[in-house]
Amino acid sequence: MTGEERGPDVGLGDWTPESLDVPGEVRAVVSAPHPVLSRAADEVDPTAKETVQLAADLIATMRVSPGCVGLAAPQVGVGARVFAVDVTGHPKAVTVHGTFVLCNARVVEATRWKPGREGCMSVPDLTGDVKRASRLVVEGDLPGSGEPVRLVTDGFEARALQHEIDHCAGLLFLDRVAGAHAVYQRKVYL
Amino acid sequence: MNELAITVIGRDRPGIVADVAEVLARLGANLTDSTMTRLRGHFAMTLICTGPAAAEVEAALAPLAAEGQLLATVRAVTPDGDVPPAGEPYVMAVHGSDRMGIVAAMTRVLVDAGGNVTDLSTRLTGALYVVLAEVELPAGVADTLIDRLHRTAAELGVEVTLRPADPDLL
Repeated sequence: MTGEERGPDVGLGDWTPESLDVPGEVRAVVSAPHPVLSRAADEVDPTAKETVQLAADLIATMRVSPGCVGLAAPQVGVGARVFAVDVTGHPKAVTVHGTFVLCNARVVEATRWKPGREGCMSVPDLTGDVKRASRLVVEGDLPGSGEPVRLVTDGFEARALQHEIDHCAGLLFLDRVAGAHAVYQRKVYL
Repeated sequence: MNELAITVIGRDRPGIVADVAEVLARLGANLTDSTMTRLRGHFAMTLICTGPAAAEVEAALAPLAAEGQLLATVRAVTPDGDVPPAGEPYVMAVHGSDRMGIVAAMTRVLVDAGGNVTDLSTRLTGALYVVLAEVELPAGVADTLIDRLHRTAAELGVEVTLRPADPDLL
């Protein structure tokens, strides 16, 4: 496989945040050092009631956090493989799938690695240079229906997905920075 | 709580960082921010730590410097606290034939515009000299500053670019 034969983007179908059908509550975001951020999270049943509530809460928390384009369950203290992403309107985004939540997501193809600067709500004072695949295929399950999805994306959305999938594996961007001088004091707070 | 600024410079060998850190840990000094690199092959480490008195740390580091290969200095400093950024972050890159005064002239232009250099590295490789400076600039000065940088660079026979630092991506 050359990495260009990425197969079809199945997309989100008719899934929207509203299809969760529960109001989301804003949860407190935990900061490093915290053990939940460094533990591989557990697989979830995407159709379970608590998973659906968690998905709604992640979206609600992401929406009230300025500049936040993704939030993983470990960041709200829950060791579950669930995260929300929304890069809508971001100037660096190319492919955009809107607001979505994935359960048990995994990277199935990653190519065209490029460096870029990342920050994290759970590491509020630092940023770092991290290489990420700019072409990405991710598979996971939608919360609620439990339907499996295959998302094909690129650029900024691909970076956000890899950052959140890392959270679910107990990894922070700090675990992937390019070198000893690739971590910086944050200069701009969104 | 004492805050100490420590520099260790000298001939590189494996184990200097571990040796220095061990001395500090033994004294109960908490190593906070530090940076270490090799400058033209010389070991160069600068660090801030909190804890014991300067004289105590100086005495404990003295054996490391005893062979004359390393120079360690310890100074008590006043904690600065968090300094708010002076403006917007930019990166200035300069490269060209090496000659005296490139850093002096180019950074003076930055300072005269109200800029504050927050990170700097320079490398001389063969005849090529490279300067990379991160600088915080007051809002709105970049456009006129770039003209002044170009004029100074032309006088020095070097190239300069000034660009906004990459905004944080996530």
